[in-house]
Amino acid sequence: MCLGIPGRVVSRDQEDDLLMGRVDFGGVSRKVCLDHVPDVAIGDYVLVHVGFALSKIDPVEAQKIFDLLRELDQLGELDEAVEPLSFRGVPS
Amino acid sequence: MKRPSASEGRRLARHWASEIARISTRPWRIMEICGGQTQAIVKFGIDQLLPPQIELLHGPGCPVCVTPLEMVDRALSIAARPNVIFCSFGDMLRVPGSDGDLLQAKAQGADVRVLYSPLDALSIAQKNPDKSVVFFAIGFETTAPANAMAVHQAKRRGLRNFSALVSHVLTPPAITAILQDPAQQVQAFLGPGHVCSVMGTREYEPIAARYRVPIVVSGFEPLDLLEGVWRAVVQLEAGKHEVDNQYSRVVDAKGNPASQALLERVFEVCDRKWRGIGLLPKSGLRLKYEYREHDAMRVFEVEDIATQEPAACISGQVLRGIKKPTDCSAFGTTCNPEHPLGATMVSSEGACAAYHAYGRARIPAERLARGADGAAGGAA
Repeated sequence: MCLGIPGRVVSRDQEDDLLMGRVDFGGVSRKVCLDHVPDVAIGDYVLVHVGFALSKIDPVEAQKIFDLLRELDQLGELDEAVEPLSFRGVPS
Repeated sequence: MKRPSASEGRRLARHWASEIARISTRPWRIMEICGGQTQAIVKFGIDQLLPPQIELLHGPGCPVCVTPLEMVDRALSIAARPNVIFCSFGDMLRVPGSDGDLLQAKAQGADVRVLYSPLDALSIAQKNPDKSVVFFAIGFETTAPANAMAVHQAKRRGLRNFSALVSHVLTPPAITAILQDPAQQVQAFLGPGHVCSVMGTREYEPIAARYRVPIVVSGFEPLDLLEGVWRAVVQLEAGKHEVDNQYSRVVDAKGNPASQALLERVFEVCDRKWRGIGLLPKSGLRLKYEYREHDAMRVFEVEDIATQEPAACISGQVLRGIKKPTDCSAFGTTCNPEHPLGATMVSSEGACAAYHAYGRARIPAERLARGADGAAGGAA
């Protein structure tokens, strides 16, 4: 919960006054608030804390953090995922 | 930047460890603050890879662990009421209150729901206008922007049936409290990488200067942690005390200004009790008066709460780095992740749970002495 989970932005949707979007976390897609990373583009990687993107990060870093979180068994908060999408790998 | 292979990672880990050994002329005690760093250190055996004169102390950076017992009891009291939907991060469900935990409350019929994000609680509130939806807003600076946004949006959208039970804590006052504790002898800190991605690194500069202590903001991968320790030792050996940033791939000095502005708008700094540590001045965040309609502390009257911690539990000393989990007589016997006596055994980011998960129940001296064998095996 305290560590951010990196994911890839797959959509940007303006909801009311909030910039939301869908972010893909190694095959699990979640709705995420993108309001504090306003210049983020589809395909960019973001570090997400409890459904809230706090910074953009590069794809290699994203993959490293994601692998480590998986190893530390720290991806549990994604368990409530609605439906898994097809896996979208990170270029390595 | 290319990712090192596993064997390259192991080679680099041994390189950092021998460099640290080479430059260390005396014993140094370094504390990591972030619970994720604690977990990585124990899992990958970073502490065992280091030369014996470098001791890593585990700090209070597990948000679930330091949430005060009174607040857990308050959560239990609110969750048990009719017409309440009580929402929480999953990690909080098994944190023991004075009498039970949220999971038991759920088993007894309370509507307790685990959410990925506080923002999800807003749609629950929208769909359940006849219910009172309460979110247990805990954590350090990493979860604070999401919690602040949920409350801010609830106010903006007029969702009067949404409130937050806010028990936020801040990292810099915790470091200060540790430095002011006469029982404590931390000589340098590894700063929390992801907290600093929100807050930046500048707020640590006055602490480093005032207490003459190096603070190296670090990532939590094995090689990041080793490099962070190396950078701290370089400063210690040179008599320096600066804020250094090992994790510049993710963290810059200013952090996320939009998030900081939102925190300023929604929250105000308050004194906060930390479980196991006690009251720390100006160490927490609470909702500002303008958001009172969404403040569960004001919405729900809760009778006086009398709390009681199990006498055997030394989590307070573990959280301050004064004792290691293995110093506790209850560790692994009467206290384990299935039946935790204290919060440091509940969350995977707690030092006791990390020691338990990665087989640190009783470490034979000869294995400690061997140190590097097999350690940092996942350093990639």
